[in-house]
Amino acid sequence: MPTLTIDGQQVTVPEKTNVIEAAKTLGIEIPHYCYHPGLSVAGNCRMCMVEIEKAPKLAIGCFTPCTEGMVVFTNTEKVKQARKDVLEFLLSNHPLDCPVCDQAGECWLQIYYMQHGQYESRMMENKIKKSKKATSIGPHVNLDQERCVLCGRCVRFCDEITKTHELGIFGRGNREELDVFPGKQLDNRYSGNVVDICPVGALTDRDFRFQVRVWYLGVQDSVCPGCSRGCNIQIHYNRNRPHHGHGRRVARLKPRYNSHVNQFWMCDEGRYGYKFVDAGDRIISPMLRRGAELQMATWGETLAASAERIRAVNPSQIGVIAWPQLTNEELYLVRRLFVDGLGCKNVSFSVPSKKDGGGDDFLITADKNPNTRGAGEIGLPIADSTGDILQAASRGEFKLLHIFGHDLLSSGLDQPLVESALAATETVIFQGSNSHLTVDRADIVLPSATFAEKSGSFTNFEGRVQRIHEAVPPLGDALPDWQILNRMARALEMGWDYQGTEHIFKELAENVAAFSGLSYCVLGDQGELLGYKPTNEAHIPTEPVTTVII
Amino acid sequence: MPEKILTKHFDVPGFRELGVYRQHGGYAAVEKALGMEPAAIQDEIKRANLVGLGGAGFPAGVKWGFVPQNTPKPKYLVVNGDEGEPATFKDRYLLEYAPHQLIEGMIICSYVVGIHKAYVYVRGEYVKQINILRHAVEEAKAENLLGENILGSGFHLDVVVHQGAGAYICGEETGLIESLEGKKGWPRIKPPFFPAAIGLFQCPTVINNVETLSHVPHIVNNGAEWFASLGTEKNGGTRVFAVSGHVRKPGIYELPIGTPLREIIYEHAGGVRDDRPVKAVIPGGSSSPVLTADQLDTNMDFISLRNAGTMGGSGGVVVMDDTTCMVDICANISNFYAHESCGQCTPCREGTSWASKILNRILEGAGRMEDIDEAIRICRNMMGRTVCLLADGAAMPILSYLTKFRREFEYHVENSECDVKKSH
Repeated sequence: MPTLTIDGQQVTVPEKTNVIEAAKTLGIEIPHYCYHPGLSVAGNCRMCMVEIEKAPKLAIGCFTPCTEGMVVFTNTEKVKQARKDVLEFLLSNHPLDCPVCDQAGECWLQIYYMQHGQYESRMMENKIKKSKKATSIGPHVNLDQERCVLCGRCVRFCDEITKTHELGIFGRGNREELDVFPGKQLDNRYSGNVVDICPVGALTDRDFRFQVRVWYLGVQDSVCPGCSRGCNIQIHYNRNRPHHGHGRRVARLKPRYNSHVNQFWMCDEGRYGYKFVDAGDRIISPMLRRGAELQMATWGETLAASAERIRAVNPSQIGVIAWPQLTNEELYLVRRLFVDGLGCKNVSFSVPSKKDGGGDDFLITADKNPNTRGAGEIGLPIADSTGDILQAASRGEFKLLHIFGHDLLSSGLDQPLVESALAATETVIFQGSNSHLTVDRADIVLPSATFAEKSGSFTNFEGRVQRIHEAVPPLGDALPDWQILNRMARALEMGWDYQGTEHIFKELAENVAAFSGLSYCVLGDQGELLGYKPTNEAHIPTEPVTTVII
Repeated sequence: MPEKILTKHFDVPGFRELGVYRQHGGYAAVEKALGMEPAAIQDEIKRANLVGLGGAGFPAGVKWGFVPQNTPKPKYLVVNGDEGEPATFKDRYLLEYAPHQLIEGMIICSYVVGIHKAYVYVRGEYVKQINILRHAVEEAKAENLLGENILGSGFHLDVVVHQGAGAYICGEETGLIESLEGKKGWPRIKPPFFPAAIGLFQCPTVINNVETLSHVPHIVNNGAEWFASLGTEKNGGTRVFAVSGHVRKPGIYELPIGTPLREIIYEHAGGVRDDRPVKAVIPGGSSSPVLTADQLDTNMDFISLRNAGTMGGSGGVVVMDDTTCMVDICANISNFYAHESCGQCTPCREGTSWASKILNRILEGAGRMEDIDEAIRICRNMMGRTVCLLADGAAMPILSYLTKFRREFEYHVENSECDVKKSH
């Protein structure tokens, strides 16, 4: 554990920590392009040069390990001049097409120029023209070679993280070009990450390009609902310019650093899997079946109708198919309402999917639900599997089915069985966010919020409980599932009065052993494992990771 | 005439064939070495003051000593025959005329360090030399000088001759190693400053120039004191100078390493054509800062040249007479480095070509007075800020022309023409 001095401040860091990381712990930012803490060190951009006492020349912070007694200066005139010089070189062949560049606003050439450059251009030679501009190199990524600073982060990502080796830097000198290898496409399952780590506008996201300028975006921390890994993400949402991006409120998802879960990365399936949030099939109003038709209704009417039908039947005649896309808080309320409250004994949550989830040995898991583990810990299913519930329903044993989210009619379940179960059940209540075949068979439809529109928590497959936060309000009249359940319980005169998800989580932690000791404060922004044992030391929530890209 | 070592038998017909080579004492050093303690040979090489003749001038015996001895990994010898430095053509002759001399040096070096696999990386354009070397390797194998149990000693060594693909940067030792591994020849980040512990295939590696290793058998045969006595205090033996430019007899000249530049030009290379005065001399390949006519008494060993503000480099000597336009030479050299910068590090990638564009503009008569200082500034911003020394090797000579011959650049700017060419 060497102790060193950086700009007059002492700091002790683990062995082998480099100067950039050591400075970061003191809140000192050493500018850099090619260095990325998740990749090997290249040391070629030369932006991170620092002065080290007794060293003959400037050293690169990324490749200089901290040693005992080292004295580092990051802000001397010599260092400032070196940064300026490197920026001048980097920009000497840069097209300066910021007005039409989608990276503008989150471009590290722009940011560092304003912080460390600010020189008058002296370049009067013709700039190098490169071959590919605005060229698609894969399903998700666009390449502009002229904007590339050749830091090689994307190449190292494909070599070291995905090990798929699609990208290379071709040619020599300033004719050098980043490109895919001949005959290859950048279409690995994690390709979108190269856009995140590209410090400039060379690699842009085909899904996000020109949808909205980044400075109109708001940022909310969340967790990807795409599989049971629970990669930490940021939701970048656009509420200021609703006319941009064809009304898309959620503009993009970005991975958020969590050393326990996803490090710096996320998969493409998760990254681009958010479209359902603003999709045209969102259910924006409660609906009641009147005759052959589902008609829009008010929440009051719909909940009254639901309560009436639930009251009219014996609890043993109710089947509930909950949903592992629901939060821990919501699943807890499902149990409280149907099992503890009504005495219902037929509650399942898992529905097999039609195709294999295709898990891998990195981040992607086969289970496409973020909260299967949470559902299990909370005590679901009660008694039966979904198949058993449908079997019973098709035999006419149920008068009411309450289905959360699932499209049973496009699932991996035996379809004739689903058909006969739906046909044989008097009342089908559907509670979910998007319309599909199963919704058309419902008698009562309760529109719920998506993960981006509510708060709560998911428990990933490893038992890490992580929080999600509302980025945009629920669309139309939709409500978070916990609020719908809360209102329904009130309609059933159960005396509930949950004020928010934190309130529910507190009760959950008191009642479900696995969650004991956990609270929103303990979860912080990096989550915490089930079975948490508080130490004597006061829990200090982890500092939020503020940088998106670097 | 001073004693020759490496090129002594270049006139002997068929010297490149194993039989003729042996008739002239070839492979006696290997026989002798295989009966010696490796440490004793290494000590001999150290005391001989044999230095790296590829350009760095680093003591070879010391370099061999950097290789860790107790390692479970295989160790490799890599011979640098990439010879890409403009004005350098000594290895070409050593490979063509005395391939067995190199192989002998490789066997001894491998025996000392405990190496069983050696690669010779030869410049891609040296097709003839590659074929000759490959033939020599086959001959040596056939006579049990390579392969298993060499001359019954129990020592074994395999040699692979690898043809480069035409990049200057692959002469930089870590760039060469990357290239040999099948990758793009991007030099590796330092430290480690030597590939001794982490080199080829991440294994301990000795890398030496063709000329350096070719000296080794002679040191084993004749002793360290003999070799050291031929050179200067710190640099032992001879060096093969490749002399070109405006001399009457361009070619290779093997001379004691500390021979004065004036002697090389006037006593060996036949003096300057038409008895014109010398204007400038590149002493050690295009990367070495240029010397002016008043520096001809500089001795050509690494230390004297360093003291003269330039470097021994690759031993490629280019003599320029008074009809030479220094702006032209400077622009020409800058073009080379702009073309050959590997593009890995920002300052070199952008700086070499930016400087080159400015210098060409001055040459073409479109320069501005401030361009001269601009080019100097760009060169200074490149130096010491890159993974390898190509940037320094590009900036140093350009700076030397811009500062030593600034008047000529100013004339080009002021008059849009060359006063040197005009007056000759």
